[in-house]
Amino acid sequence: MAKIILHIHDLKREFRMGSEIVRALKGISFDVQEGEFITIMGSSGSGKTTLLNILGCLDKPTDGEYLLDGVNVKSLSRDELAKLRNHKIGFVFQSYNLLARTTALENVELPLMYTPSISSKERKEKAIKALEAVKLADRMHHLPNQLSGGQQQRVAIARALVNEPVMILADEATGNLDSKTSYEIMSLVQELNQQGKTIVFVTHESDIAAFSNRTITLRDGNIIKDFLNENKKSAKDMLASIPVTDDFK
Amino acid sequence: MNVINLFRIALRALQRNKLRAFLTMLGIIIGVAAVIAMVAICQGSKKSIQDQLSSMGSNMITIRPNSNVAAGARLDFSSVQTLTINDVTALKKQAKFLSAVSPSISSRSQVVNGALNWKTTMQGVNPDYLTIRNWPLKEGIPFSENDITSASKVCLLGQTIVDNVFTPGEDPLGKVIRFNNIPFKVIGVLSKKGETAFGQDQDDIIIALYTTVQQRITGSIYLQNIYASAIDENSATNATDEIEKIMRASHKLKPGEEDDFTVRTQAELINTFSSTSQLLTVLLTAIAAISLVIGGIGIMNIMYVSVTERTKEIGLRMSIGARGKDILLQFLVEAILISITGGLIGIALGITTSKLINVFLKWPTLVSQSSITLSFLVCAITGIFFGYYPALKASRLDPIEALRYE
Repeated sequence: MAKIILHIHDLKREFRMGSEIVRALKGISFDVQEGEFITIMGSSGSGKTTLLNILGCLDKPTDGEYLLDGVNVKSLSRDELAKLRNHKIGFVFQSYNLLARTTALENVELPLMYTPSISSKERKEKAIKALEAVKLADRMHHLPNQLSGGQQQRVAIARALVNEPVMILADEATGNLDSKTSYEIMSLVQELNQQGKTIVFVTHESDIAAFSNRTITLRDGNIIKDFLNENKKSAKDMLASIPVTDDFK
Repeated sequence: MNVINLFRIALRALQRNKLRAFLTMLGIIIGVAAVIAMVAICQGSKKSIQDQLSSMGSNMITIRPNSNVAAGARLDFSSVQTLTINDVTALKKQAKFLSAVSPSISSRSQVVNGALNWKTTMQGVNPDYLTIRNWPLKEGIPFSENDITSASKVCLLGQTIVDNVFTPGEDPLGKVIRFNNIPFKVIGVLSKKGETAFGQDQDDIIIALYTTVQQRITGSIYLQNIYASAIDENSATNATDEIEKIMRASHKLKPGEEDDFTVRTQAELINTFSSTSQLLTVLLTAIAAISLVIGGIGIMNIMYVSVTERTKEIGLRMSIGARGKDILLQFLVEAILISITGGLIGIALGITTSKLINVFLKWPTLVSQSSITLSFLVCAITGIFFGYYPALKASRLDPIEALRYE
């Protein structure tokens, strides 16, 4: 039996908007095991972003349990949450969020800057390794504006990998990319998953969900579907099947 | 987060905005350079005023007989005779804070040289007098100890006397003039001293030896004044105390008995000049300090803009594990780096400016260690003070909001 990375039980999140209470999550429960690749789907307003924030330890639930790698998030202070994010979570954002005018290598090094125990030599080695994992080792001294969207997202993935987190949390990571580049990114993500990384991918595109093992669909703050995808598609095959266009040659 | 990482993060952030960092720094640079240059100018002029004062004999201490009570009537000091050459000898022997002591006795009479005559004062002193007054000879030779004992009829002339009783071009050296019908041989001419602050012509004088004046003119054993010179300006007070002690012993005054002499220093004059230059220093420093504060506000302004502009970056840093404290320190260190780098450049610029002012405008300047230390400290504090609030604002951002900020 694989280790449980995420344990969520009866999770609720309420926001107070003036006199009204908005219930964004109305008590959801699920577990994620190590090595799973799950997508969380839902239309806007379904509570997807709220769940993402809680999963990412950026926000705390109003009620219910959330255990990340055995740590109960609810009892942690702001600083402890930051530490947890640093050690256990790798974020990948829709808009990459790379530091401008900063080389790819330095961008990838960033999370390690907040890990005091790592020496600068070690930091560089790890960052290079992470860049190699996303096949961008040759671009490590490039600035974000010298990289394509897909390359920038790969740098962001490298940044998420560098701290060896227990989970990679992607928020619409392919939202800004064209379909071909999306497949490239998904193929990379699948590869990482095969290497044993746990991946939680928040998206609203159902074709992205097809690449994962499991899809959780939210609506109005409830889970309406928790579906195990038996015949996962390979992004690599999809990429190969795209007809080669001569336009850019 | 360790300190090296902290500085590395802050440095990288500044490197990304070199021009802006430099422009922000410029406020501090100008502020610090202004403070240092202003203080240097003030200190320089203060020093030159002090030098001038001491060249005028600012260390001079005057001892006069005090008013005395005779048969119930208080008499003024011109009629009182309490000072003798014994006091001078006692002071010379015992005083540690005095570099020179001279008796003084004067007499007014007509000076005659051939067809020309002039009413003037003859002052009887000892060879120390010229040292006390800081009054060099223009030509001729000074008095000798031998002249004192023999009460030689030799004299030194002030420039005004030379102008009035000698025809132009005539060399007074070696000539014999008559003062009070007594012939005096001119052995030297004093350099021109000019007027006192009160318009008195200091050059209208004939300097002779006190023994000569006492024995041949006044016929009195008493002195009118004793002049002394403190070893330096700062020991004027010590010297005064010491003189009082020695004089009381010399005059055999019992405890509780009123002094029969008065000791005066030039302290008041010095105080006036120093308080003027003090005021100037305070004023100019205040102006310069204002520019430093403006520089600080510049830092604060830029840091605020920077925090707002980099909200997303802050959100990202938080999401990958930066604590509020890390963000606070990052922005604080950025502000301090700007202010301290600016401070260092400002110090260099200030020193250079002071030197240039000295070389090209010939103004005396004196860069003081304290102004450098002080302005540097003010810089660091400015950085912390004006950087803290924006940094605090940054550290308190909600990572979710910050990440979503466009």
